[in-house]
Amino acid sequence: MIELTTTRHNELIDPIVHVWGWEIPIYLFIGGWVAGMMILSGYFFMKGRGKEYHCVCYRIPLLALGLITLGMLALFLDLEHKFYVWRLYTTFAVKSPMSWGAWLLLLLYPTLFIIFLLQVPDWISTRWPILHSWSQKLRSVKAITKIVGMVNIVMGIILGTYTGILLSALGARPLWNSAILCILFLVSGLSTAAAMVHMIAKERAERELLARADNLFLFMELLVLALFFIGLLSSTNVQIQSAMLLLNGPYAAVFWVFVVLLGIVVPLFIQNLAVNHKIIHTPVSPIMVIIGGLILRFIIVSAGQFSHYANAHFIR
Amino acid sequence: MEFISRRKFLKIGGASLAATTAIGNAKLFDSKRATELRQVPTFCDICFWKCGAIATIQDGKLWKVEGNPKDPLSRGRLCPRGSGGIGAHYDPDRLKTPLMRKSVRGEEEWVAVSWDEALGFIADKMKKIKADYGPEAMALFSHGIGGNFLKHMLKAYGSANIAAPSFAQCRGPRDVGFKLTFGEDVSSPERTDIRNAECLVLIGSHLGENMHNTQVQEFGDAIAQDAEIIVVDPRFSVAASKAKYYLPIKPGADLALLLAWMNVLVTENLYNQDYVTKYGFGFDHFVNEILPFTPEWAYPETGIEPDLIRQTARVMARHKPATLIHPGRHVTWYGDDAQRSRAIALLNALMGNWGVKGGFYYPVSMDIPGYPYPEYPHSERPKVDNPDNKYPFAHETITNGIREATLTGNPYPIKGWLVYATNLMHALPNEKETIQAIQNLDLMVVIDVIPAEIAGWADVVLPESVYLERYDDLNVEWFREPFTALRQPVIDPPHDQKPNWWIAKTLAEKLDLGHYFPWKDIEEYLSYRINQAGLSYEQLKSEGILLGEKQPIYFSEGVPDVFPTPSGKIEFYSLQLAQAGFDAVPKYTKPPQPPPGYFRLLYGRSPVHSFSRTQSNRILMDMMDENEVWINQDVAGRYGLKSGDYIRLKNQDGVVSNRIKVKATERIRTDCVYMIHGFGHNSRMLKFAYEKGVSDAQLITQYTVDPLMGGTAMNVNFVTLELEA
Amino acid sequence: MARFAMVIDTVKCVGCMDCVVACKTENKVPEGFNRDWITTDAKGKFPTVQMEIRSERCNHCDNPPCVYCCPTKASHVHDLGGVVLVHHHMCIGCKACLASCPYDARFIHPDGYADKCTFCIHRVEKGLDPACVAVCPTHCMYFGDLDDVESQVSKLLLERKNHALIPEAGTRPEIYYLI
Repeated sequence: MIELTTTRHNELIDPIVHVWGWEIPIYLFIGGWVAGMMILSGYFFMKGRGKEYHCVCYRIPLLALGLITLGMLALFLDLEHKFYVWRLYTTFAVKSPMSWGAWLLLLLYPTLFIIFLLQVPDWISTRWPILHSWSQKLRSVKAITKIVGMVNIVMGIILGTYTGILLSALGARPLWNSAILCILFLVSGLSTAAAMVHMIAKERAERELLARADNLFLFMELLVLALFFIGLLSSTNVQIQSAMLLLNGPYAAVFWVFVVLLGIVVPLFIQNLAVNHKIIHTPVSPIMVIIGGLILRFIIVSAGQFSHYANAHFIR
Repeated sequence: MEFISRRKFLKIGGASLAATTAIGNAKLFDSKRATELRQVPTFCDICFWKCGAIATIQDGKLWKVEGNPKDPLSRGRLCPRGSGGIGAHYDPDRLKTPLMRKSVRGEEEWVAVSWDEALGFIADKMKKIKADYGPEAMALFSHGIGGNFLKHMLKAYGSANIAAPSFAQCRGPRDVGFKLTFGEDVSSPERTDIRNAECLVLIGSHLGENMHNTQVQEFGDAIAQDAEIIVVDPRFSVAASKAKYYLPIKPGADLALLLAWMNVLVTENLYNQDYVTKYGFGFDHFVNEILPFTPEWAYPETGIEPDLIRQTARVMARHKPATLIHPGRHVTWYGDDAQRSRAIALLNALMGNWGVKGGFYYPVSMDIPGYPYPEYPHSERPKVDNPDNKYPFAHETITNGIREATLTGNPYPIKGWLVYATNLMHALPNEKETIQAIQNLDLMVVIDVIPAEIAGWADVVLPESVYLERYDDLNVEWFREPFTALRQPVIDPPHDQKPNWWIAKTLAEKLDLGHYFPWKDIEEYLSYRINQAGLSYEQLKSEGILLGEKQPIYFSEGVPDVFPTPSGKIEFYSLQLAQAGFDAVPKYTKPPQPPPGYFRLLYGRSPVHSFSRTQSNRILMDMMDENEVWINQDVAGRYGLKSGDYIRLKNQDGVVSNRIKVKATERIRTDCVYMIHGFGHNSRMLKFAYEKGVSDAQLITQYTVDPLMGGTAMNVNFVTLELEA
Repeated sequence: MARFAMVIDTVKCVGCMDCVVACKTENKVPEGFNRDWITTDAKGKFPTVQMEIRSERCNHCDNPPCVYCCPTKASHVHDLGGVVLVHHHMCIGCKACLASCPYDARFIHPDGYADKCTFCIHRVEKGLDPACVAVCPTHCMYFGDLDDVESQVSKLLLERKNHALIPEAGTRPEIYYLI
């Protein structure tokens, strides 16, 4: 019998750490989603695949631009000292993932803007013809399209990985303290981005291609999740306890049902049938994938804050 | 469900109060840099230990209170309550202006009045009571040094019916037990030489949780010097965690254990024979009486293995005379309290530690003359509290005796109460009786800094300035080394509060007793006394404390070894007890045990609160804002309870408590529950503390009166756990 | 270079919370927040219980994750004694440092910035002990420089058995508990 009591009662800290609410999971989810979109569209531009004008993969950079702005808004809303946000850009802290992230976000805008320029939609270019002329200039040199595509892939990988590093660098929370979290968030970002594309794609070929890709990403996600837990479960007691939070602890029901079953396994099954033309393709499974990815961020952020080296309030 | 409480809340009339100027914490915790600092020495009043303190004012605002390094009591370190002293000044719920009951008693509606009106009303009533019933019909309940001038006022008025709960509800039995044995009591601060003890025995004393500063500091010294510590307590206290031997005694059986220890010391010839031979009286009789009480006899009573009793007795003997069996402080437990305390005194006598280093020293003091007042009027009638000397060994006034007289009118009626700085509702057992007694009064006045429960029953409530805002009487302390301390204002009172000396003097003037307060103001009084002693008042003001010449405190240093008992010796056998019809040597009687399903209700103290006086101090409430009921882990499991659950307690008389948080713990026996005293306020003027936790006093409807001295034993109540919170 | 540390004798500590109250008044810590606190660690079965009472606070780690994770360098290691401090006017309130601390020693001040124990650097710079150390009624807390082998803290750590909290988190804490 161990009785640990504390006289501390700090807001956001006690009885368990809950410094981050909905804003950070949303930000992490959007970050991953946008990363996936950048990789997908970057890949398509680089490879020059799907020359068709209305291929969705050529149009999602605009969506990504909007989403990343929303993500940054969520991040901003989370700050407790909002008027001092400019302090992020007065320094560069090498060891701080968040500092990297702040600068990275600045680079994202031009990257996304240029890839957006490669294929400006009609309804925009008619309103702002100058964009069309810039677009023409850029596309006149073929290498530029390739390079912009590559840069977007690289930036996407960095962004997707960064959303994981942000958490995994916080060693005090055993659940987060795993580099596999970066891969998990990257793969999840790819699967949600692919789901987004094949949900809204009008062309059947593109839809099926992305659905197949999505299946691959979902399968990888399952593998990475397994690796994530193997890593934790083969570590010290606190890591094992933290893994148990998801596997059979207070977060287990949500994790198994919404993340694993409805977020990965069931859509994988449905999409597999769809790409093999056993059933028709509907938006149901991509929506499940996207919601699953969102819940994954929520549950990792929440359970991670619960996980602890020595919490006076830890249930014994 | 039954609550014995004031259900109706205090409605405050008057525009002046509507616009209260509560000082918020935002203001208190201003983060601006210091520009101007001022320090003023004074002494603390959060408890009544009177530690020397230095208050710091930053830019005109009270910043902090720290210990005065010159002070022998605090040695420059205040306790947590003292460190949180600024919270008393900033307390938003404190009394702000005189209040008078607006309509008939019981309606509890208030109107804010001027001091002149309030004191005029009181003076008129007191004059009428004097005319109708004689001056003795006024009584004063007072706690702490702040009551000195009010006591003087009441004596000048003609009544000696002045009592403090610190006697009959607290340390009285201890002082009686020691007086009967050594001829002197333990006094406060206790004359215990803890810091030099090699073996320290604590019986229910929870030093560290009970935060009397000097005692805890010396407890720390004793631990550091590897003193062997023996703790006897039904609860695994903080002190128990420091002990080499922890004796988890069955509640109520302490006297049985004490007798068994003495039996071992006597039968194994382990006691201090030279000392006992030299100073003891009636030792042979004592030995004969103690012989039946073997550890085997004590085992079924105490639940302590005979071997452990023997082993601990031998440990005590090994360190004699530097073995100190602490006499405790709040000892009104089971009704055998004076005799139990006498047994503790006898056990100490067997160690030979009275007047000896590591035992009990002889406290010394400075010779500061009093102020030359006119003689008090002579009273024909003796004090009202102890008619026919029913409690022959009560050497102070019995609070519950005054309450009894107020209820019955015998031996003569009591028609007016002045209540200063003591919340009688939480201090006296069975609040029903207190409420009934108050119904018999023509005048009920409460003078305090916060609106505690008792204030709700007053006709007039007078707001006193807190200690940081006022002068008080000199503290001419009895301690290891002689010193005199000054309390002086550090900051102005935030509203219309007045110091007690001003209240007493102004009231006396309205009673035509102005000549008893011949000084213009208190500084004239204070400087007169200090100057008469040949000391410098200016020095006292600037340093806060004047130290006297070192004087002997042990026999070995030259203290005369005389004992002011009838025999002039340490009375192992007490003829005066025998003559009064009591046991000359203590005997054990088993107290009533909890019926099945009931738990004995025990209570104690928190290091961050003083009685029921600090629950509106926001700094101290930030440390602990409600109490918990300690329940043994296994018992809690049986009831399906875990720490953090809320339950209610119901006592043997059907009184149901507020909601209280459970602390399921391995730190308490299975036959009792424990809580910290002072919480569970139902005075609605205490907005912040209102209904936080539970008041043990509310559940203490039964009490056993100590036949020797009239004290009220309160650990005789039993509760069940009501899971529907 | 000095390396400030605190050594706390759990054998003497009675858990009275004086350190907490003194800190609150000295540093004007707002109501509802604690820069230091008391942890009571009881093991066993009644009546055989062992109990360690600890006064806990920021460990002013030699390897401080809160400093590393700070994106604006508001969290920093002070020149004097390696004390970990926060520049309030540089903090954006991102709470990464709160999440990074295995001791949960930080909180967000109502004014929006991350706050925590400063080892009372404003007192230490004047040659005083931190408020918690200076007030402790049982004299169970010691403050000093571990780089000075002659200091009381250095000597105590040599003489007495001691432990630090959660060393496995790799933060190299500078608060030591004598047992």
